[in-house]
Amino acid sequence: MTSGPRRPARASRYRAGRTGLGWIAGFTLPALTLYGLLIVVPLVTAFYYGFFHWEGTQRAGFAGLGNYQEVLTRYPLGDEIPVALWHNVLFFVGTMAIQNTVGLGLAVLLYRNPRFKRFFQTVFSLPYLISPLIVGYLWSLLLSPSFGPVNYVLQSVGLDSWARPWLGDPGTALPVLILVNAWQWIGGPMLIFLAALGGIPRELEEAAALDGASSARAFWSVRFPLLRPAVGVITVLTFIGCFNIFDLVYALGGSDGGPGGAMDVLGLLYYRTAFEGGTNAIGESSALAMMIFVLIFGVAIVLERFLRRREVTS
Amino acid sequence: MTSTLSPAKRRSRPEPARPGPRAAQPGGGLRRAGVQLLLWLYAALAFGPLVLVLIGSFRSNADILRQPVGLPTSLGLENYQRAWETASLGTYFVNSLFVTVASVTLCVTVSAMAAYALSRWRFRGRAVLAALFISGLMIPAKLGLLPVFYMYQSLGLIDSRLGLVLLYAASGIPFSVFVIMGFMRGLPTELEEAARLDGANEGRMFVSIVVPLMRPALAVVTVFQFAPTWNDFFYPLVLMRSDEKYTVPVGLTRFFGEFAADRATLFAGLVIALVPLAIVFALATKHIITGLTAGMSR
Repeated sequence: MTSGPRRPARASRYRAGRTGLGWIAGFTLPALTLYGLLIVVPLVTAFYYGFFHWEGTQRAGFAGLGNYQEVLTRYPLGDEIPVALWHNVLFFVGTMAIQNTVGLGLAVLLYRNPRFKRFFQTVFSLPYLISPLIVGYLWSLLLSPSFGPVNYVLQSVGLDSWARPWLGDPGTALPVLILVNAWQWIGGPMLIFLAALGGIPRELEEAAALDGASSARAFWSVRFPLLRPAVGVITVLTFIGCFNIFDLVYALGGSDGGPGGAMDVLGLLYYRTAFEGGTNAIGESSALAMMIFVLIFGVAIVLERFLRRREVTS
Repeated sequence: MTSTLSPAKRRSRPEPARPGPRAAQPGGGLRRAGVQLLLWLYAALAFGPLVLVLIGSFRSNADILRQPVGLPTSLGLENYQRAWETASLGTYFVNSLFVTVASVTLCVTVSAMAAYALSRWRFRGRAVLAALFISGLMIPAKLGLLPVFYMYQSLGLIDSRLGLVLLYAASGIPFSVFVIMGFMRGLPTELEEAARLDGANEGRMFVSIVVPLMRPALAVVTVFQFAPTWNDFFYPLVLMRSDEKYTVPVGLTRFFGEFAADRATLFAGLVIALVPLAIVFALATKHIITGLTAGMSR
């Protein structure tokens, strides 16, 4: 981050300590106040709330880990949590699988064939900017059972048996969710892979070719290992994104997570517990929030550490 | 965490004009055509759904229900008019525009100041402060919404556009500080040194020397704050109460409930919600590509 090795740009270091405290406060406090009050403090407060039993908005008494126990065991919440968590995991794995194959494939195609590269880059990453909520509504219209273009096209090319209520069928809802999500975000991994491919010295591959390696061989044994850092970055970002997902699922399946909760995820569960919950909503949802927080932040940090160490050694 | 958005590094990026190692080989013509075909196919997949929506917005509802895929029947704007007025998307649109512009301005301003201080001045706690801001990139901030809700309730900021502005500005700070600091790291200090010798104080120097130099980073940050803020759904879903203060995404949920059977109007509504982003995209494609890569390699 900032305290890395010294850089030449720090030539003004000789002014150390000469910047007045007033300037320092004036420049950093606005951002610190906003960020502290609205991001950091609420998370700390949620942690604190989680240790109390609540009746409506009244704090009723110290509960210790009672809320955590309640969240994990109370019907139906106790059963919904593992299901939602599992959906998040499937969602993450599915998204990773698509991004790292299709995304890499597109990047390789663009790298080897730079014709219209800018145009394709732009078109492929266009859905990236659209709101997940809008993406969800858009696809729910396209996939709607009787008037949706997708089923219509399937029927008109004779694949009637393929047409189905994609989002209403518990068997297809989650795979469709994964595909829609990948459709939206594929531009990101593609751009990372493209940047990584360009950053690999061409001499390496030429050397491999001189040694008689086929081009496929040269790709898999020379170029691919060097893409590992890119895969690492994509893994961390996809993890954070997939475990934070809310809008897209809400648009595709409502706050209950689609047919029979087939698309229920942790984000929806938190929303329901906090804002559609019972009398102890504050206590329960705060406990749930902390568990999700530890999961996301913890795994993200571990992943990043792990990947950075690998980057150094490889 | 390394940013690729430093001027020095950016220059070392692959030039689009550089052909890939295979491109020059003889007999590659057929293969190149195949590659082009694949790329166009995916482009159709990426762009097709958006085109379907755009076409749908120029068809009548009866027509859409009879034949879900088809050409536009009229170039009239009745669908848009219905979405804009009857479904009050116009109101939501204005709200979203206000909230987005105000919060992005606030966020970029405070982030630029903090990032400048953090990358140019030495002071106690500097590293800790930078780490605190940047750790926000991995924090699922939405999980703190319930305490924010009660804080806002006691401050009278529930159902207030100002409340949304502050919250969005705050949640954009980590990314903005991160990107601007990364940019500053690669920016030589000579101009600042010269201004200092000329007797400019810190405030003056920031406004007249540093901000103009920072412009590429500010552009990236602005674009990248604009989209998620315009798109955000979770905060207004919880914090806004009255219909006339809704932003576009929350408005859309109401709209989709009320007009469920009227496909044509729904398509027009989606197009309206997409227009500002399309404009941003058209104006700033270059910054977006840079920013995606910077954001991705954090």
